[in-house]
Amino acid sequence: MEQDTTKLYTFLIYSENVPGLLSQISAVFTRRQVNIESLNVCASSTPGAHKYTVTAYCDEHMAQMLTAQMEKRIEVMQAHYYTDDELFINETALFKISTSVMLKNRDVSRMVRFHDARIVEVNSTYAVVEKTGVTKDIISLFDELKKLDCVLQFVRSGRIGITKSRTEHLDEYLAAREEKRHKKQNN
Amino acid sequence: MEKITGAEAMMRALEHEGVDVLFGYPGGSIMPTYDALFDHKKSLNHILVRHEQGAVHAAQGYARVSGKVGCAIVTSGPGATNTVTGIADALIDSTPMVVICGQVGVAMLGTDAFQEVDVVGITSPISKWSYQIRRAEDVAWAVSRAFYIAKSGRPGPVVLDFAKNAQTGMVEYEPANVDFIRSYDPEPDVQMSDIERAAKLINNSVKPFVLVGQGVELGNAQEELRAFLEKADIPCGTTFLGLSAIPSDHRLNMGILGMHGNLGPNVMTNQCDLLIAIGMRFDDRVTGNLATYAKQAKIIHFDIDPAEFNKNVPVDLKVLGNCKETLAAVTPLVDAAKHTAWIDGFKPYAEKEYHKVIDKALHPKEGPLLMGEVVRKVSEAANNEGILVTDVGQNQLMACRYFKFTKQRSVVTSGGLGTMGFGLPAAIGATFGAPDRTVCLFVGDGGLQMTIQELGTIMEQGAPVKIILLNNNFLGNVRQWQEMFFSHRYSFTPMVNPDYELIAKGYGIPAKTVIERADLDAAIQEMLATPGPYLLQCAIKEEDNVLPMTPPGANIDEMLLEV
Ligand SMILES: Cc1ncc(C[n+]2csc(CCOP(=O)(O)OP(=O)(O)O)c2C)c(N)n1
Ligand SMILES: [Mg+2]
Repeated sequence: MEQDTTKLYTFLIYSENVPGLLSQISAVFTRRQVNIESLNVCASSTPGAHKYTVTAYCDEHMAQMLTAQMEKRIEVMQAHYYTDDELFINETALFKISTSVMLKNRDVSRMVRFHDARIVEVNSTYAVVEKTGVTKDIISLFDELKKLDCVLQFVRSGRIGITKSRTEHLDEYLAAREEKRHKKQNN
Repeated sequence: MEKITGAEAMMRALEHEGVDVLFGYPGGSIMPTYDALFDHKKSLNHILVRHEQGAVHAAQGYARVSGKVGCAIVTSGPGATNTVTGIADALIDSTPMVVICGQVGVAMLGTDAFQEVDVVGITSPISKWSYQIRRAEDVAWAVSRAFYIAKSGRPGPVVLDFAKNAQTGMVEYEPANVDFIRSYDPEPDVQMSDIERAAKLINNSVKPFVLVGQGVELGNAQEELRAFLEKADIPCGTTFLGLSAIPSDHRLNMGILGMHGNLGPNVMTNQCDLLIAIGMRFDDRVTGNLATYAKQAKIIHFDIDPAEFNKNVPVDLKVLGNCKETLAAVTPLVDAAKHTAWIDGFKPYAEKEYHKVIDKALHPKEGPLLMGEVVRKVSEAANNEGILVTDVGQNQLMACRYFKFTKQRSVVTSGGLGTMGFGLPAAIGATFGAPDRTVCLFVGDGGLQMTIQELGTIMEQGAPVKIILLNNNFLGNVRQWQEMFFSHRYSFTPMVNPDYELIAKGYGIPAKTVIERADLDAAIQEMLATPGPYLLQCAIKEEDNVLPMTPPGANIDEMLLEV
């Protein structure tokens, strides 16, 4: 049997802040039949640079192809792929929970505490629970609360991640680009 | 400072970029720009095509022979969507081109206004860059950036979606000179460590083989390639798009790679010990079955596009950069060598192919005309100095196989997309890109009809395209596959043809039909001696096949020499 080399990769992509890039980035995945599992877009710590955190199941050759194709887009500065052990990763989930069930069944708040989640809002109709963690922990809380029949709404954010590496790829890249700009101007 | 319209700014920006020819077609949303163009007719030679697809292919033909950026201008909606095929063609064949499309004003965007389509959305996956100009203030910057992106690095098509309010809005124009984009590095520094590793692999190789792609022409590295090959004494094969990067008769040129290429280079790809790919992308028509492709060899890949490395074929060493620089860097480090025995090893294959295929294609004793003999005769009558433009199909494969090249940038063919209808408009563009050269178009009876309206452009411009119509009354290439792989079932490939001579004459283009072999030479002479355009229709054997052929999916060295 052929070995399944597919795993969940996290792609960190930095781009200029221009319209239309999200669809260019997602098109790179869809064209190669890779489903995006989660996606987060936000401003990065570098002025003007946007950061995309994308997760997808694929093999490493595909991950290389995807990053190369993304970097080919003019406004993409950098695209890299990582496995979970190379990143600090996090997700946030919100649960909307029935207050009446919660008051009737003490297991609900016990579960919330046991899973290190926080109650951020309570009123007579519902409570809102916030849980931060990795997918597995969030899903396990969800499964428990579901069993207790109290979940009115549930939402989980896309994964966000920062690298464990001690060097900053983007800063190095931009410094190298700046140097090249100077060289060019002085020629 | 004086204020001008965005449309006028567009004209000045195009002039600033050195544009001298534009291929286009007007319409509602681009009218302000056409109005401005009226005052720039002297410097910006606008060629009115007969269909927008013609404009983009003409711009491609212009770019391919001149090395400059081709430019097309069309209206919004259907004008823009008619350019889609040419944009996709230019992307896959790395042709520098800027396409300017009119667009409705920004206030109407997204309202399904008359002739509004999402041009950036449609073209972004098939262009190198696609940008909507929404304000007159952005014209200078966007045009400069567009030309910089189109021509730098691995060239490609750029689309400017020019909103009507940006055309009519007023602006103080100052030329822009974009030559740096921080998120885009088209001039990667040559890594000397890679060059040294490449030289070492080359010097240790006993049976090295070079694959020459269009990157050599795009990088203007023809001389660097020749110096490299000659010093290290390495034989090479070329892709279709790389055909004229090295003269056909060069001692080290072993012929064409791939499905309909030559036997020697394909067989030797799977026998060499070192494969050196230069500015080519291991297209499936070149490699055949990847599982058996050059598995015995170490592979070095020279390319300017990092996304090409390891895409189809895993390589041992990537050498990133413009091959003009990387080849110039590696040549001093390679040993002056002699690979005589290895090079002589190609000969038996060349001889075998000659006896089984080439001789028959070039020197038939009887029967109807064959494509090969026509192509070779035209090539020779033009001193092998002509520019070859082809359409797609058997005409293309035969033209690429039998035309001969002595000059660089002499082949214009739709390689990656295989666009029927490309040939006629591309040939028009080529006459503007290389006005001093003979432009020979080989086209089939199917493909000619896909853009036949451009005969009107030829008529109006007197564009000296020598049209050689290889008429086999079939969609020949598809028919060949039906014969070989679909049990001879000719599903919708016979062509009922019009009187092409009469059509040409309707456009005032001199034309002649050759049926007999004995009349061929004189007809070719007459065509070349006639100033301006000419249509030479050749009645070609109906059910002939392009050989040799590697069947789709087969190993590249398993070429069929007969059906
Ligand atoms: C736009 C387009 N449609 C369809 C095809 C598929 N196709 C490839 S070759 C060919 C036949 C071309 O016939 P013709 O132009 O007569 O050339 P021949 O092969 O006979 O020389 C066809 C239909 C194509 N390449 N491009
Ligand atoms: Mg035909």
